[in-house]
Amino acid sequence: MQEESKKHICVHCGDDCGSHPVIWDEKPFCCNGCSTVYQILHENELCTYYDFESNPGIKIEAGKYKEKFAFLDDNEIAEQLYEFAEGNIRKITLYIPSIHCSSCIWLLEHLNILNQGVIKSMVNFVKKEVAITFNSDEISIRELAELLSSIHYIPEITLDKLQLKQNEEVNKSLLYKIGIAGFCFGNIMLLSLPEYVPGHEYLETHFKEFFGMMNFFLVLPVFFYSGSDYLLSAGKAIKHKFINIDVPISMGILMLFIQSSIEIFSGSGAGYMDSLTGLIFFLLIGKWYQNRTYQALSFERDYRSYFPVAVSKLENGIEISTPIEKLEKGDIILIRNQELIPADGILMKGEAQIDYSFVTGESKPVFKESGDAVFAGGKQMGSAIELTIEKDVIQSRLTQLWNQFEGEDSSNTKLNSLIDQISKYFTIVIIAIGLFAGIYWLINDSGKAVFAFTSVLIVACPCALALSAPFAMGNTMRLMGRMGIYLKSSAVVEKLNSITTIVFDKTGTITQADEVKVKFHGDALSDDDKIAVKSLTRHSTHVLSSTLYEFYKSIPPETVADYTELPSMGISGTINGRKIKLGSAKFIREGKTETSSLNTEVYLSADGKIKGHFSLSNQYRTGLSELINELAPKYDLHILSGDNDSEMENLKQIFPTTSIIRFNQSPNDKLEYINNLKKQNKCVLMIGDGLNDAGALKTSDVGISIADDIYHFSPACDAILEASKFQELKYFLKISAKSVWIVKLSFILSFLYNLFGLYFAVQGILSPIVAALLMPISSISVVAFATFTTNYIAKSKEINNKTKSNIKEAKTSVFLKKSVQLN
Amino acid sequence: MSVLFVLIGVSMLVAGGFLVGFLWAVKKGQYDDSYSPSVRILFDDQENEAQKEEKKQIEKDTTKKNHKS
Repeated sequence: MQEESKKHICVHCGDDCGSHPVIWDEKPFCCNGCSTVYQILHENELCTYYDFESNPGIKIEAGKYKEKFAFLDDNEIAEQLYEFAEGNIRKITLYIPSIHCSSCIWLLEHLNILNQGVIKSMVNFVKKEVAITFNSDEISIRELAELLSSIHYIPEITLDKLQLKQNEEVNKSLLYKIGIAGFCFGNIMLLSLPEYVPGHEYLETHFKEFFGMMNFFLVLPVFFYSGSDYLLSAGKAIKHKFINIDVPISMGILMLFIQSSIEIFSGSGAGYMDSLTGLIFFLLIGKWYQNRTYQALSFERDYRSYFPVAVSKLENGIEISTPIEKLEKGDIILIRNQELIPADGILMKGEAQIDYSFVTGESKPVFKESGDAVFAGGKQMGSAIELTIEKDVIQSRLTQLWNQFEGEDSSNTKLNSLIDQISKYFTIVIIAIGLFAGIYWLINDSGKAVFAFTSVLIVACPCALALSAPFAMGNTMRLMGRMGIYLKSSAVVEKLNSITTIVFDKTGTITQADEVKVKFHGDALSDDDKIAVKSLTRHSTHVLSSTLYEFYKSIPPETVADYTELPSMGISGTINGRKIKLGSAKFIREGKTETSSLNTEVYLSADGKIKGHFSLSNQYRTGLSELINELAPKYDLHILSGDNDSEMENLKQIFPTTSIIRFNQSPNDKLEYINNLKKQNKCVLMIGDGLNDAGALKTSDVGISIADDIYHFSPACDAILEASKFQELKYFLKISAKSVWIVKLSFILSFLYNLFGLYFAVQGILSPIVAALLMPISSISVVAFATFTTNYIAKSKEINNKTKSNIKEAKTSVFLKKSVQLN
Repeated sequence: MSVLFVLIGVSMLVAGGFLVGFLWAVKKGQYDDSYSPSVRILFDDQENEAQKEEKKQIEKDTTKKNHKS
């Protein structure tokens, strides 16, 4: 039988079809979902989809979308989603995380073949968005969402997205500024060139005047538009009585502008307009590089992005789709299979199996009966339930975790930044040197005094200094992204370097959420027993059952008679004439007391005789102990777990004796724990996964959220780490340390250039050509140094990793390279 | 030598044209997504059979509609 079932690969999604593939059109599919999608595409002659990539399809977990998009019928919500609405034409942009290859683009842009109501659809691959223009007379927005879901592209519509309009405009205005600065820079260079070639003294004066005036007019847009951010930021900083890097830059810009204008209008020289525009042009490019982030990833998710936009409210027995912010205490709501509970409430009707994995990280569902309290963030598994809401959405236990942070600004971290610390001293020293030179010349040759002072400020303008950090950090961030950790911004690189303490969450972070180690204790199981377990578990949807079912993968199940399932107790049935029971100790031993164990155990009995029990324990991530061994000498390690302490012994073997392990931690406990560590002046790195870590991730200095699918459900954090790259954490920490070191080296390099320039400036002999040469040479060489060295460091680490990682991992990294882009 | 004034004027105009082009491209969002256009350009080659002629017609109609709107 086993030989017969050759490996079939699903035509749609590429998964293994198992022993019973769904056959349609003589092609194997792993599930009905995939074959339906294939059929839809086939009927509409869209099978070209499969030509671009082999097995491009997305597989979705079985779930019904019947009512999921019902809220879109609510006009009020729909109106908020439209970007454009006039007559019957609507335009909407939907975020679809499953966009991942060229076939996706092709299919999504041919939606009008599937439905005539779609007028135009356009994919933005980088942001994983599709902009759809449609005729609302022919297709409603709900139908559109359902159409997308039917071909496995499920749009993610959340409240978060409704309220947040991206900072696209900021990005665009930066590009405008760069364009204008570049244009003026190029032209001013051209017009200034005659001044620099030998024999310029023979240049006719009206040419000189003309070039000078051209330069002056060209510099105006650069000074007032492109460079305005630096001047404004410096002004703000001085107002608040601190000095950032923009202060010395603005001093340089102002001095360049004033000095050059005076020279041009008095006819005494050509001025430094080329240096000024070049300076601003290079600085803006640095800023652009620094601002490049992973647009498709979301680092700012709060509870709103987890919750549905609306739920079904029951009013006199009639279902009404209601936006969740309109829910009030006392409302009765209906929660279906796989739906999230939006507010704390009391169960009224139905049997609830609630999966709190978002909240606690614990994946085993909790059983609740009518009258029990249920909390927001849980996901119902099984039949629909009815709840009476006890607290408003924003007041539920879960959402309050976030409310603590509201109004809190992240800008205070900027103060600690390496470059701002340096620029404080830098500015003071430069002003001192300038004054000293000015005073010296005032005594010896008063004509040169002002010129010497301004020259010092001009030449010391820390362009190279300001560029080194953005390029070194930005490049490191890009390289780390390639290796599987996605940083929110390049500033995180710097923060990673100062980490002293690492706090791990247990479930889902150091353990693999979906893999469980199964072990049987008791008499050896015969083949019949194994078949019985397999057959019995096939009928249950409980997580433990499906784990056991998976455990006996290769055994064929048989038919079960008199199958019964007692919630939170166990399952029983008759297989081959034997009565088999599987479940909790209480269920098997029929109420007899026994020694309680903290491990998850499933007991088995056949014909009333207890065979033994399965123990299910967490599987630790591969490479965990190596990682801990490497980290232990350098960092304080802590573990915070929401679970009971059944894993204590295992953890003690892996972690050094000095590390602190805490169990039964509520989300709030975790947050407080991090706060306490911070109070002891420790720089804390928190690694977690679920919503239960969200508070802790946010308070920590660097919060890393670990995720199997980086596009889904990661709480607000500073970085997202691919779960498969967990053991490479030590490299990431090392690379961040090295790149901070490189930034420091670049600082020294740029100081050397400054010293060289100051040599001319203090003597009062700074000529425009020295300034014009020094500025781009220093900037470009520092940028090149920063980029090449960070590349080199990351390369050498990457080679180390490559040899260790297996082919599968290499494959995933190729896939991700394609799909995650900086923008 | 005064021809230089004219030449500089012309060169500024040409360069200004490129600047306007760049600003227009940014405004139109051409830099927002640098991946999908590279794939999109390959799509039309896949259309072949007679049936697809119909669909082309439909597509044309819909794009017309779109222009109108």
